[in-house]
Amino acid sequence: MSLTPYRIPIVPEIKKQTLLSLYDKGLRPDKRDLYTPRDLTVQVGVIEKAEGSALVKLGRTQVLAGVKIEVGSPFRDTPDEGVITVNAEFVPLASPYFEPGPPDENAIELARVVDRSLREVNAVDRKSLVLIPGEKVWIVFVDLYILDHDGNLFDASMLAAMAALLNARLPDYEELETGEILVKKEVKKDPLKINHIVVSTTLAKVGRHIIVDPSLEEETVSDTRLVVSYDETLRVVGIQKTGPSSLTKDEIIKMINIGADSAKIYFKALAQAFQDAGLPVKLEL
Amino acid sequence: MGKVSMKLINEEGLRHDGRRPDEMRPVTMEVGVLSNSDGSALVSFGRTRVLAAVYGPREPPQRYMILPDRALLRVRYHMAPFSTSERKSPAPSRREIELSKVIREALEDIVLTHLYPRTSIDIFIEVLQADGGTRTAAVTAASLALADAGIPMKALVAGVAVGKIEGVLVLDVDEIEDGSGEADMPVAAAPDIGKITLFQLNGVLTREEIERGLDMALNAIQKLVEMEKEVLRKKYTFNV
Repeated sequence: MSLTPYRIPIVPEIKKQTLLSLYDKGLRPDKRDLYTPRDLTVQVGVIEKAEGSALVKLGRTQVLAGVKIEVGSPFRDTPDEGVITVNAEFVPLASPYFEPGPPDENAIELARVVDRSLREVNAVDRKSLVLIPGEKVWIVFVDLYILDHDGNLFDASMLAAMAALLNARLPDYEELETGEILVKKEVKKDPLKINHIVVSTTLAKVGRHIIVDPSLEEETVSDTRLVVSYDETLRVVGIQKTGPSSLTKDEIIKMINIGADSAKIYFKALAQAFQDAGLPVKLEL
Repeated sequence: MGKVSMKLINEEGLRHDGRRPDEMRPVTMEVGVLSNSDGSALVSFGRTRVLAAVYGPREPPQRYMILPDRALLRVRYHMAPFSTSERKSPAPSRREIELSKVIREALEDIVLTHLYPRTSIDIFIEVLQADGGTRTAAVTAASLALADAGIPMKALVAGVAVGKIEGVLVLDVDEIEDGSGEADMPVAAAPDIGKITLFQLNGVLTREEIERGLDMALNAIQKLVEMEKEVLRKKYTFNV
């Protein structure tokens, strides 16, 4: 069951008015303009025991993504494809509003939006994850760990998931005579076959304004948000309206167009991260 | 699923069930179908059948949920175990949890919750048969059930999905089309006040297709809302 949130940060009306009058001048509290995301850093390979990992800092928001890869059975309706699952944990150390426990509707929505954006364009080639057709495939677990919540968990999580997948390497394995697969986790082999690189841009509607990459304070005063996912050619590969209010058709079209510029910034940051780590990733833009 | 190569658009440009690309499945709407709830509705889009019931405004089940300035909205989207070809476990899936949220958010801006502070308005949605487009049929049924319960709203809401199959934009995708389509874009809106309250895109569409698809959806939603009004008028007009 989904309930109107009753445990949310209270933002005084005067704060909202202050923000709105700043937006009228094209400004924001952290001196950004309306369409520029916060400073972004991406670090890859931060968890050695994971097959792939990345830490994303978007302003003060921090998301850690880890990729674990295990052997399992394919789904019955896709015997010739591996499996990718995305899960998000809003760990209680990240925010006074997070409570321990199973993922709530926000964590589930976040994970499913990231999952769909990757799945719909086969961003990670699922056919390349087959070990024994119909029997044994690689199962790729992407776990998103929200470490510090200062708004826009969608973009930070999407970036962290993508960076961790680009960083991931399949473990070595041996096919035994019994048909079993012996995985040698200590030997990392080939990277995953990546068909598309996907990022998302979150745009918030606050009064008559549209802003990119809202902070937590801005999210709290916003009416609603649109999360738009793009691939490396800036094709739109997924959209989710999230938040209680509504949008007009013109606002949606405008948001999709504005969001593409942030997506470019996100792609650059991803490329930079891999260059810094000495692992160049081909990004065709 | 998705692997069967079957032509979904034939040479005449018609769909597998004979519909034109911009044609909805047969729609039926009924209100006041349950006796205990304050309002209820049964909506079908082809073989998709969704039942919605509204309770409230009433006291929230827990005191800590109380909102001092408006009513709390509680929405549950749930699928019956027999609604799909393979039995669906009655435990709420991650999909149902997400859709409950998305549907609640499609109604938050429509229901005049500030008129009923400290109360709860509960909307229970049961998908009786799932054949594609259940979330949009659910929003439509919820809108009717809210009206039937006499809950003040800014306007009526309805929803429909636009899909892309074999390169063609089509209205009101059914399960077969959804399983092998290139994109699915569910939309819900209150056309009388020009608000889009639910919007998702799963898959790839060009910006021009998104715009055209939105027009197709909004056009159909306008007709669905007219139909809602007609059904409500029929039920609530009395000849003495």
